[in-house]
Amino acid sequence: MVCTAGGAIVYNPTLFCFRRATRFFMQQAPLLEVKDLACERGDHRLFSGLNFVLAAGELMQVQGPNGSGKTTLLRSLCGFVQPVQGTVHWNGQDIGEWDDDFHAEMCYLGHLNAIKDELSALENLQMSAGLAGYTVSDQQAVAALRRMGLQRREHLPVRVLSQGQRRRVALARLLIGDAHLWVLDEPLTALDVGAVGLMQELIGEHLSKGGMTIFTTHQPLQVAGVEIRQLVLT
Amino acid sequence: MIKLSLFGLLGLVVRRDLLLAMRRRTDVLTTLVFFVMVVSLFPLGVGPEPDMLRKMASGVVWVAALLASMLSLPRMFSADHADGTLEQMMLAPQSLSVLVLGKILAHWMLSGLPLALIAPVLGLQFDMSAQALWILVLALLLGTPVLSMIGAIGAALTLGLRGGGVLVSLLVLPLCIPVLIFGAGAVEAVNGGMSAVSNLALLGAFMLFALVFTPFVAAQALRISME
Repeated sequence: MVCTAGGAIVYNPTLFCFRRATRFFMQQAPLLEVKDLACERGDHRLFSGLNFVLAAGELMQVQGPNGSGKTTLLRSLCGFVQPVQGTVHWNGQDIGEWDDDFHAEMCYLGHLNAIKDELSALENLQMSAGLAGYTVSDQQAVAALRRMGLQRREHLPVRVLSQGQRRRVALARLLIGDAHLWVLDEPLTALDVGAVGLMQELIGEHLSKGGMTIFTTHQPLQVAGVEIRQLVLT
Repeated sequence: MIKLSLFGLLGLVVRRDLLLAMRRRTDVLTTLVFFVMVVSLFPLGVGPEPDMLRKMASGVVWVAALLASMLSLPRMFSADHADGTLEQMMLAPQSLSVLVLGKILAHWMLSGLPLALIAPVLGLQFDMSAQALWILVLALLLGTPVLSMIGAIGAALTLGLRGGGVLVSLLVLPLCIPVLIFGAGAVEAVNGGMSAVSNLALLGAFMLFALVFTPFVAAQALRISME
């Protein structure tokens, strides 16, 4: 925090610490609030007057037919899409005002895997971690890839992997970060039965650690001991 | 898990883009070969008149460098856009401008720097003096980063458009004219027995000015393109 006093810019450590401390305490109970949200695609109004609150440990599935605005809703939660009306708040503050700090607390997985064909699974994972603002050791990255069922494929170029395996490489990103909010757009695409089970397990672990997840899928998904809240777009 | 500093992130983006380019060398080689071909065509087409060649050398090299950098511009963001990496970059906890600056740096290392390094060899075809060759390299080293930086704005604005490649050239080429004038002017000044300092200083000023503003503007353009 910087304050102006007598024309000179001085550093005010008290205010700075206060702001940090407020955020620290707020982080104890992460909360996503969507108020009166409306989004358009082209000139077409997808949804309006959308309200919901997602608290720690909660899991929400966004449902609706093709073109009902599921992806647009998830993208507006990331700040990619500017809603025509309404606000998205994270820990009581508009995500636009959080600058980039909000992004450090979330992990978005879209339709696109965000992996490079030329790089190996391990390199891809380390680059993704780097873009998310932290470095991971080889051991951590290999452990995450193994957990995703990619044993002995860590050093292969992603080019030679199957669609499902590429999706697993992308999903491994969830394992190495410490994001509170997971925003998953069709995470189960191209995954086999085993990987769907693994995904359910991972979401369950994430929720039990106080995380929250909002996702879309057209496949049935169950997480043991957690009730899935449904949000239906029409 | 160790947090990355701003410079750590910048280094990571540069390293990543260079690594990707090394795994797919054709893109880099295309730009370089195009530059060499265009510059070499002129002495063949115009004829072996040393006076005329010496006079037109710097202009030809600069125009070829300009066109070669246009050739590689559309690729600056398109691959990352197509595979979703750009979305993840926008979600990075650090400023997008830093990531864009990293991409610009990598782009320059792969397109501008090789041109500047090979230019003296090509300059020999035009019977350029040793001093003129040095100034040419220096001017290219100062000027080509500006081409990459201005080009980044055009590349970001035309992201995902059909026929974006031509549009980038139309947008960016007029903005690069000052660089062309002072870049070619530096060598001409030396040939005319004057000092090239003023031209080089102006090129340096362009570079610093662009360094401050273009990453930010390109980042904003990317945000617009992503909506």
